[in-house]
Amino acid sequence: MLASTIGQQLVNGLTLGGMYALIALGYTLVYGIMLMINFAHSEMFMSGAYVGLFTLQLLTNQTIITNAAKVLPFMSGMQSARVFFTGSGFGLFICFVIVFGVAMVAVGFMGVLIERFAYRPLRHAPRLAPLISAIGVSIFLQNAVLLWIDSKAIPFPKVMPVHDIKLGGGVSISTLQILILVTTLVLLACLDTFVARTKIGKAMRATSQDREAAGLMGIDINSVIALAFFIGPALGAVAGVFAGMYYGSVSFSMGFLPGIKSFTAAVIGGIGNLRGAILGGFALGIIESLAAGFLSSGYKDVVAFAILILVLIFRPGGLLGESVVEKV
Amino acid sequence: MLKVNDIHTFYGQIEALKGISLEVQEGEIVTLIGANGAGKSTTLKTISGALAPKHGSIEFEGGIISGMPIHKVTQKGVIQVPEGRRIFARMTVTENLEMGAFLRSDKDGIKDDMDRVFEMFPRLRERAGQKGGTLSGGEQQMLAMARGIMARPKLLMLDEPSMGLAPVIVELIFETIVELNKSGSTILLVEQNAAMALAIADRGYVLETGTIKLTGPGKDLLQNEEVRKAYLGET
Repeated sequence: MLASTIGQQLVNGLTLGGMYALIALGYTLVYGIMLMINFAHSEMFMSGAYVGLFTLQLLTNQTIITNAAKVLPFMSGMQSARVFFTGSGFGLFICFVIVFGVAMVAVGFMGVLIERFAYRPLRHAPRLAPLISAIGVSIFLQNAVLLWIDSKAIPFPKVMPVHDIKLGGGVSISTLQILILVTTLVLLACLDTFVARTKIGKAMRATSQDREAAGLMGIDINSVIALAFFIGPALGAVAGVFAGMYYGSVSFSMGFLPGIKSFTAAVIGGIGNLRGAILGGFALGIIESLAAGFLSSGYKDVVAFAILILVLIFRPGGLLGESVVEKV
Repeated sequence: MLKVNDIHTFYGQIEALKGISLEVQEGEIVTLIGANGAGKSTTLKTISGALAPKHGSIEFEGGIISGMPIHKVTQKGVIQVPEGRRIFARMTVTENLEMGAFLRSDKDGIKDDMDRVFEMFPRLRERAGQKGGTLSGGEQQMLAMARGIMARPKLLMLDEPSMGLAPVIVELIFETIVELNKSGSTILLVEQNAAMALAIADRGYVLETGTIKLTGPGKDLLQNEEVRKAYLGET
């Protein structure tokens, strides 16, 4: 009984932790380069969920497709799209690629626009100013969704057949959880390689370590910042779509709690450190799930934030905080 | 090659440069000397685009570069090795050098230049995989210079390369500057160590509180009574 609870909560915690890690990377990327906490990032997660939902509806809703085909004759070939996208494993795969692709690109550009218009004019202002601007963007986006889309939660359609796979010992993992974990790990590995190996990735690291010196190398700082504001929100959007699929609905306020938890995860791992954000995300997800399993689900947030306080007291730099001694 | 025309640079309300004009010809070593706060580093930073002059202009190879962002000035081939090294502490020596060559895409050329700087500074080759922040001060200065060389500069601007270093290392740094100049680089050198800087320079400018006090060939300035009193510690 005990072992199976631990096992099951580990599986759940890994799934949740993967989503936290995806969001936490956005906080840590932006902080590493701008030394600013992008409080609007939780809304990137929320927007990703909505964009994903609408894309999915477009692809799978027969009425929409039929109507579109009536207005736009060239769409008539799409008549059988719904069958294609949901009918087979391959179609489903293509469907997911489109849904996640659209969500990542749309929300990525949203992030770039937000940086351009809400943060860049404040680049030389006191540090509190962009922070307040970020909170403003967050409130704006939440209310925009509330006003223009819906104030109530919208159910997220079930596209993929979800069934549980027994792992033995009373522990099971659902196909959706596998999808979330695998996609998350692939994305994390891609980002890690990108930052460690590619020229642009190295330029991002250089910029985060010394912005002016990076400029002296010929690196265009504004492009690097824009790139960070594309990648972070794009990853957050993936987490948003997963959250929609996993919890079965989306709402305008869905970003708040995961946002603040992922920020916690980034701080636990050492804000500004990419691997720290990944570690912090998974650690937080697992601890929270274990707390929910053994204490009560009402205590999971208490435990999560208690961990944050402990880390801040005993390792203020975070678990993987910088330890390199910088000589003068 | 480089022509600075009467630039005035401000830090907020404070006028740090009160009309600096200077020139660097291709193939020269030109040095700017002066006391702390005379405006030497400010002049370099204004040329590299880190600061924008309020009045005046800067020309490089006939085109105006004042007012351009740093990375555009770098693209023109004006490379600044900043004061205090400013190497990327959490990147390896090799990665730091790669960043120096950020604007280049000739893989073979980059590799050749990397071999070249490793030959100049064998210590860096030994530490190629080490993080920049773990190097000693002298090694960091070597890395900063090597990183500048990796950009294949037309004009290399060095800001206080000898600051805080042991005499042996200072000598090595100056030898390297002379060598670089012989192999075709034009150099603009800012130094507090006036004696050494003037000894290797073709021409020098003496800065005092944001203006140019004196100018002339390095050897002449070295003999100049005022310079000897003020900057070479003679009584």
